[in-house]
Amino acid sequence: MYVAVKGGERAIENAHRLLAHERRGDRDVPELSLAQIAEQLSLGVDRVMTEGSLYDRELAALAIKQARGDLIEAIFLVRAFRATLPRFGATEPVNTGEMQVRRRISSTFKDIPGGQILGPTFDYTHRLLDPQLADGFVPERPATSEATQQATPRVTDILGRDGLIEPSPEADADAPVGDLTREPLSFPADRDLRLQNLARADEGFLLALGYSSQRGYGRNHPFAGEIRFGDVEVEFYAEDAGFAVPLGSIALTECQMVNQFKGSATEAPCFTRGYGLAFGQSERKTMSMALVDRSLRARELGEEVIAPAQDEEFVMSHSDNVQATGFVEHLKLPHYVDFQSELGLLRKLRQEFAEANEAPDMQEAAE
Amino acid sequence: MGLTGRNSREAQRKAAMAVLAHSEAGDIAGHLAAIAVPAHENLREPENGLVMVRGRIGGDGAPFNLGEATVSRAAVRLATGEIGFGYVLGRDRQKAQMIALCDAMVQSMELSGEVETKVIGPLREAMIADRSRKAAEAAATRVDFYTMVRGEG
Repeated sequence: MYVAVKGGERAIENAHRLLAHERRGDRDVPELSLAQIAEQLSLGVDRVMTEGSLYDRELAALAIKQARGDLIEAIFLVRAFRATLPRFGATEPVNTGEMQVRRRISSTFKDIPGGQILGPTFDYTHRLLDPQLADGFVPERPATSEATQQATPRVTDILGRDGLIEPSPEADADAPVGDLTREPLSFPADRDLRLQNLARADEGFLLALGYSSQRGYGRNHPFAGEIRFGDVEVEFYAEDAGFAVPLGSIALTECQMVNQFKGSATEAPCFTRGYGLAFGQSERKTMSMALVDRSLRARELGEEVIAPAQDEEFVMSHSDNVQATGFVEHLKLPHYVDFQSELGLLRKLRQEFAEANEAPDMQEAAE
Repeated sequence: MGLTGRNSREAQRKAAMAVLAHSEAGDIAGHLAAIAVPAHENLREPENGLVMVRGRIGGDGAPFNLGEATVSRAAVRLATGEIGFGYVLGRDRQKAQMIALCDAMVQSMELSGEVETKVIGPLREAMIADRSRKAAEAAATRVDFYTMVRGEG
């Protein structure tokens, strides 16, 4: 139980004032602008948008600034902000097949239609700190070459044409799309709810779970069928206009994992799949998400559930870092009365213990 | 108006809205300054809100909720009766208002030519140039595989 503690107002006010001072840091150092954060710490912004579950670069940049770079605190701020605005509705599902691709790779096929496009990536860098970046470095303009008009179909669509991979689950027109921001979680949860949960989930948590599945905690032997990053058009059916209006585009990363095949007496074996999708350039996140999505399909695919990554209740109940940090960090709030009652009980138990241990001695002495 | 007529009118409005949604608010305002904006009233005061962005399982399957995005919307009616709607990602209400105004003008027989030549057209060119630049930058990072020939043919 918590008890309202009076008397801390002045201390709290001054603590927040000190926080604002520390946030600003040395006042002789120029202040960070939101544009600097949005442009130069863009992957941090992408993570805050993804896990804050709100696509708005400027707000995510503000949250990072306010949180002093603590991304989980920034995610918390963004989540709190979204509760202040009304929701007009849901967009038409985005078509990632028509993405304007800025990066697109496949580890399964060398020659995919549209090609392997590396885009802006840390891959193949040497991971050596670059002293040039410390001050005033002006990079070269990017190289350009003639873009082909060739489409970049999803690799899973290519495999799907030959029936080598399971098809994606079809939409059920009668079933509403699950929304965990509107209804509390209940189990078993369908894949739409699981993917929504994973999309908002803590990247570190998913990374560890995905890694555990690769190391043998649950069967998972995937190939990265495709990872793509780029801009996707968003449309929203506006009741008043009477048609789906274009809202502009958002940057998305998509990962298609291709997993071990299964078959049965009645079905030919084919590859199965795991799916990841996130705001911005969030490659590690979508790869981890796709691994865990596939693991969580254990029940559906008749696999034995033996590992944490396959247990949807375990995964979905602990994946949200705002909930997790709330419960972990609440331990630092005053629990004085709880503790007093535990203390009282402990003293009583110790006294009983001492009396019980003294008793035989006295008996011996008497004999 | 027949169904085909309505569809092509709708397609034209959507195409204009897409260009405007992709453009910077400052650029839209700059081009709008070049035309005499007709008398109009607000049917819906510009406002901010959210939409839930949906993806599809596996990219092409059943929909799921990915996360929300901020949006702005507005609606205007010209004195001549045309009603325009503005919807756009982000929290710039002014931008939604300008999109609504342009959408109304696109529907007006007298104004659609001018708004196309002076506003939508130049913004479309800028949008296409921006996309081409990004596509060319990405294309330069495309891998050209070649096979190393080993041994003697």
